[in-house]
Amino acid sequence: MNTALHLAEPYRLLLFLVGTLAFVGFNAAYLVWLERKGAGRFQRRAGPTEVGYAGLLQPVADAIKLLSKQLIVPPGTDATLFRLAPMLVMAPALMCFVAMPFSDALAARPLNLGLVMVFAFGSIHVLAIMLGGWASRNKFAIISAARVVSQNVAYEIPMLLVVITLLMITGTTDLNEIVRQQGGGFWHWNILRLTANPLMPVTFVVFYICMLAETNRAPFDMAEAESELVAGAFTEYGGMGFGLFFMGEYANIVIGCSLATVLFFGGWQSPIGVWPGLFWFLLKLYLLIFSVIWVRWTFPRTQFYGLLNLSWKILIPLSLFVLVLSSVLLKFL
Amino acid sequence: MMPQTERSAADGPQETFVLNLGPQHPATHGVLRVKLTMDGEYITRAEPVPGYIHRMHEKMGENRTWAQFLPNTSRIDYLSAMTYTHAYVAAVERAARIEVPLRAEYIRVITSELNRLSSHLVWFGAFLLDLGGFTPLLYAFDDREKILDLLEGLTGSRLTYCYYRIGGVCNDVDEAFVQGTRDFVAQMRPRFGMYRDLVTDNVILRKRLEGIGPISAELCRRYGATGPVIRGAGVPYDVRKVEPYSVYGQFDFEIPVFPEGDCMARYRVRMEEMAQSLRIIEQAIDRLPAGPVMAPSVPRVLKPPPGDCCFAVEAARGRFAVRIVSDGKEIPYRVKLRTPSFSNLSLFEEASRGMLLPDALALMGSLDLVIPDIDR
Amino acid sequence: MINGSLREVVAGFGSLLTGMRITLREFFKPSVTVHYPHETLPIPGRYRGHVILVRDAETGKSLCIACKSCEKACPSDCIVVEGIKREGEKRKSATAFQLDFTRCSLCGSCVEVCPVDALEFSKEYNLAGTDKTRYTQIDLLKRVEAGKS
Repeated sequence: MNTALHLAEPYRLLLFLVGTLAFVGFNAAYLVWLERKGAGRFQRRAGPTEVGYAGLLQPVADAIKLLSKQLIVPPGTDATLFRLAPMLVMAPALMCFVAMPFSDALAARPLNLGLVMVFAFGSIHVLAIMLGGWASRNKFAIISAARVVSQNVAYEIPMLLVVITLLMITGTTDLNEIVRQQGGGFWHWNILRLTANPLMPVTFVVFYICMLAETNRAPFDMAEAESELVAGAFTEYGGMGFGLFFMGEYANIVIGCSLATVLFFGGWQSPIGVWPGLFWFLLKLYLLIFSVIWVRWTFPRTQFYGLLNLSWKILIPLSLFVLVLSSVLLKFL
Repeated sequence: MMPQTERSAADGPQETFVLNLGPQHPATHGVLRVKLTMDGEYITRAEPVPGYIHRMHEKMGENRTWAQFLPNTSRIDYLSAMTYTHAYVAAVERAARIEVPLRAEYIRVITSELNRLSSHLVWFGAFLLDLGGFTPLLYAFDDREKILDLLEGLTGSRLTYCYYRIGGVCNDVDEAFVQGTRDFVAQMRPRFGMYRDLVTDNVILRKRLEGIGPISAELCRRYGATGPVIRGAGVPYDVRKVEPYSVYGQFDFEIPVFPEGDCMARYRVRMEEMAQSLRIIEQAIDRLPAGPVMAPSVPRVLKPPPGDCCFAVEAARGRFAVRIVSDGKEIPYRVKLRTPSFSNLSLFEEASRGMLLPDALALMGSLDLVIPDIDR
Repeated sequence: MINGSLREVVAGFGSLLTGMRITLREFFKPSVTVHYPHETLPIPGRYRGHVILVRDAETGKSLCIACKSCEKACPSDCIVVEGIKREGEKRKSATAFQLDFTRCSLCGSCVEVCPVDALEFSKEYNLAGTDKTRYTQIDLLKRVEAGKS
């Protein structure tokens, strides 16, 4: 599919705006369904089955439930920040899709600094959770928000180091260009680009772990550890405020997995070298999302210091080593 | 791994706050209130406040006849109901000098061990749920469902069996139960391998449990903690071996003991105990003798001779002992229940000093408390 | 030192992959759920539903002789039995038999102690209702005489 969309610019942008909102909204809603069904299947049970065929209308029912609840702003909280925080979680997630190449022609704004933009916007949700926890004026929420900030800072570093490694190898921050470089067949994909760096699969694993930690997914979901801190940073939120946080988490997962697909698995390139396009992007994206769900339902939660130890003592030295190795190889080969 | 540091006065003025791990909390496995005095994330003092589910079983023992107390025994610790009934019934039999037929003893051992397995499976699932792993709970409950189906076919109840009677058991086992138990044993053994691969060897779980919550043997002795708590501290104390009762002396099984004293040791003790229970069940089913299941002449209105009598069993949580005092009437004078969870909980205050909250919760989970057992 | 810790990291990561393999295997196994209102499980023969009076096939009445043994044996005072000796009958028969199921602990003492085996466990587990008297005053005599044993 190599046809560029020839439309007048405003119409094209409107189309992409609606499309992105629809994509993110649909994903946020139906990833919940996928997660619950997946969790059920991993646990030898059925997941939602009653509402709609195979529970497909369950997210609709959940959305209606959340919308019908009263949005309580507890007294003593900072009302502006309290209301602002959920919006600040959702909005940057939408922004990151501006530069994401869904296919050769389907990129809202193929920026040549696409990678930087995605990371810039992808870090804002941490601030939003901190705001939400702080504005809640609740002991548990503040502790949890502080943990989230600490966790995210710790895991941004190895993630960025890995991305810098990739940047050195690919030589560009334009996401579309990165995907184009991986054309031809799966042996060209960045994860198997062992000539540039024999530790590429390890690099992917580091990126994946960092992505899990950035999105507060199990096994790194200290922020929402129910058995200790009630609901963590979201304790005081009810109704659609909570719904937005929740949707924001799933939107972040989609961003993280899209980025992994683009950077490591060839984006919209096909594994057999023919018929590249949107279909392959979506397939790889959903396989990665499935693996994120798979990881969540398999492992127990790490302890907080274990989480930080993993980042500071294992992932950062490892990613630094990989960075140095690839730069050495790049210099001499 | 964070050491359990003692906060010295040189650290400056400490602001502690009180956090209530209230009666309603997912991690306390029942209605237990723990008043935590916390210094930031560290616990300086943990004061358990039991009593929210005190149902006066011992008082009821003074107002019911000997046989009427039987349903109460199942409800003291509902996960390990058979063993608790066993202790009470054996104490009364000892006092009234009633001889239980051999077949009934074997049936009691089989059902008690099945009950121990199902109790440990619940502990396993709930403990992992506390640590954030949701899936092994459902695998454990799937296995437990088979045990419950077996016992339901035998007794008619799934959780609070009122199956033992003074003098034997009330129903005989049928061929379906024997065959079902054999199938279950054959099917359950490979599952332990799966649990080992999925959970025990998992690096995240090991980091969560190794070195956490050390409880020394001396601490256990001071508070009277028994069961997997003391066996995880290196002391091979199991009532089935130390004071053999019923027909346990005729079976070949081991007592798993691990010396480290941390949460991982207690976890391993319970996992090994499950495997040993399967061994006992297998041997007992193979050697089940024929005969009656009820003693021939148990009086309808039982009046044991005056005096007091004690009987201890190894319940899933530790040593459960019943002491009955009779004054010759049909109603006991006193029924004293010594429950393991009460003693196991009492060391929590000392053991959790200076720990982080999630680690303290892991410690509480590894103690395997059932709150009704504490409050009776 | 680096060698040892590297080995530890690799072994730890390997354990994570093993765990994932197990859950994936379980993913493809069939679900064990019984979808309750649409499907039910068979009830075992000895299941302990609330007690009911056994119906004598010939007379259509209960076998109860109103000896009150069950009333005395019950730990929770659930049973109230009244009976009289009618003309021409050798034994008493029950005129009232009420069960308070809200206190019953399904211990089975009443079933065992009955000298004529007039009580048995029913197989009823689907007990939901809106009226409390449906459970506090279950009239077992009326049930057996209506043929619902």
